[in-house]
Amino acid sequence: MNTNTTKMATLFWPLAIIALAAVAVQLTGCKRSGAPGQAAQVTIQVKGSDTMVNLAQAWAEAYKKVRPEVNVEVSGGGSGVGIAALIKGTVDIANSSRDIKPSEKEQVKKNTGKEAREFTVGFDGLAVYVHKDNPLDNITTEQLAQIFMEGGNITRWSQLGVKIPGGGDEIVRVSRQSNSGTYEFFREHVLKNKDFKLGSRDMNGSKEVVELVAHTPTAIGYSGMGYATPQVKMLKVDGVAPAVEKVLDKTYPIARALHLYTLGEPQGEIARYIEWILGPQGQAIVQQTGYVPLPKEQWHK
Amino acid sequence: MKDIAGQSARKRPTRPLWAVYGEKVLEWIIRLSGISAVLFVMAIFFFVFREAVPVLFSPDFSLKEFLFSTEWYPTSASNVRYGTLALTAGTFSVTALAMVIAVPFGLGAAIFVSEFCGPKMRETLKIVIELLAAIPSVVWGFIGLTIMSKIISQTTGAPVGVNVLNGAIILALMSVPIIVSIGEDALKAVPDGFREAALALGATPWQLVYRVLLPAAKNGLLAAVLLGVGRAVGETMAVLMATGHAVHIPSGILDSVRTLTANIAAELGEAPAGSPHYRVLFLTGVLLFSITFVINLSADLVIRGIRRKGRGA
Repeated sequence: MNTNTTKMATLFWPLAIIALAAVAVQLTGCKRSGAPGQAAQVTIQVKGSDTMVNLAQAWAEAYKKVRPEVNVEVSGGGSGVGIAALIKGTVDIANSSRDIKPSEKEQVKKNTGKEAREFTVGFDGLAVYVHKDNPLDNITTEQLAQIFMEGGNITRWSQLGVKIPGGGDEIVRVSRQSNSGTYEFFREHVLKNKDFKLGSRDMNGSKEVVELVAHTPTAIGYSGMGYATPQVKMLKVDGVAPAVEKVLDKTYPIARALHLYTLGEPQGEIARYIEWILGPQGQAIVQQTGYVPLPKEQWHK
Repeated sequence: MKDIAGQSARKRPTRPLWAVYGEKVLEWIIRLSGISAVLFVMAIFFFVFREAVPVLFSPDFSLKEFLFSTEWYPTSASNVRYGTLALTAGTFSVTALAMVIAVPFGLGAAIFVSEFCGPKMRETLKIVIELLAAIPSVVWGFIGLTIMSKIISQTTGAPVGVNVLNGAIILALMSVPIIVSIGEDALKAVPDGFREAALALGATPWQLVYRVLLPAAKNGLLAAVLLGVGRAVGETMAVLMATGHAVHIPSGILDSVRTLTANIAAELGEAPAGSPHYRVLFLTGVLLFSITFVINLSADLVIRGIRRKGRGA
């Protein structure tokens, strides 16, 4: 018994010192500022639309080459998540592929005291995707509404006069989850604010919608134009195919503006970043990632 | 004072004061750690209830609609409805099918590992099964979304590969390690005397397992299955990716569903704090608590019933 106590005793002080030292290191080591010798690092937090997440990351990477001391951190989650974070005040820029709702604008004002400032940074066409072996070529917005809307009467491909090779007649609807700006946009402009029919496969992101449609011959889904792959076919809507020119001249019926929202008028590095996005370099990246840039006259120099 | 041997008693060596107090401090730290487990659970209950309860008193919320309606439209522009029956059916169907797959495999593996295999094989099997448990759930979800969905749609001809069957297989693979570890412990805890007595009476190995070991270890085996069920009901990431996330009562095992857990994970990020949608999601959490509580309680009653019958017999 004596030896156990002495063993404990000899271990006690070294352990206590190590524990205290670990706590001390943790408390002092968590400062944000960089090691002495580096310029102060500025971080811009960007969050929101999953449709825009590839675009936002491409911007962030390109901007790192222009201004290396600015660190832009991008995350997705959906337009709803970005705007919710803006309301909480935890992000600098919120990406959104839909317009901010009046109720959300009020909440921004109430919670942070600032107005939400909107910047339009590009456009996107919402393409309707089907499997590449699907013989359908054109669909009307009325038929789209009847397929996706609650109470809509189109549930089988034969009602559209389509026979899917390989059998299977039931239309498999592929949609997005309710935090998505794409979902809200589709509901507002195609379903005219009626609710979606329950039972659609609600995917997490724009890419997953296209992937599920690519694997499912009887599927139909909607996603951003820039997510097309060779395994899917984009349908013409009301006779107009989704393409950059058709979105700009407003003949493609389901096109939307892509927005950035900030709290009040942006200052300092955030303002410079947004200026760069609205300039020729940022807009070139919009074009490269498959979206529609602003018309040249509106670019900031 | 003289002790038994008649020698003068030496002064008894005492421990240093700091060691005596240090010991008491350590004892209190350990006691607090034990109590803290209970405190954390109570704190979680309190927090979730506090966030969920206000919506129960709001005028346009009906508890009957919440529990029994299949229409889940929390973000509707015109007609907000909170009906979780389809989600509950999703959780229930995926968990039930997962247990149908996992329990025979898990218990069979537990019996094999504890009774029939040699020591070297036993070590290897135990390590491999622990590895299965170490795979993160999001990796399982990814496997379900990409590999398993292709296999399922090719072998069964289902229109979409992400469905109840997919989610159930993934959940079964995640629950099997738990059932095997705890089941094996339960079987090992049966005293060897039982086995020797059975063999002495001329039982074959299968009779030994079926008539002696399983009844003797049934409390522990039931606990193992319950823990597997608990894991399956609470699993979020894997079912979010592998079940197709569709809100409707499934028409068969090849149909997509959405579970309560995946629903909370997908929607809580966007619900503004304090809004009815937010509170209803917390109420869904309370519903999940209640489901696991009812399962555990009924299993506890079954065990007690078996125990009483066993004692009386």
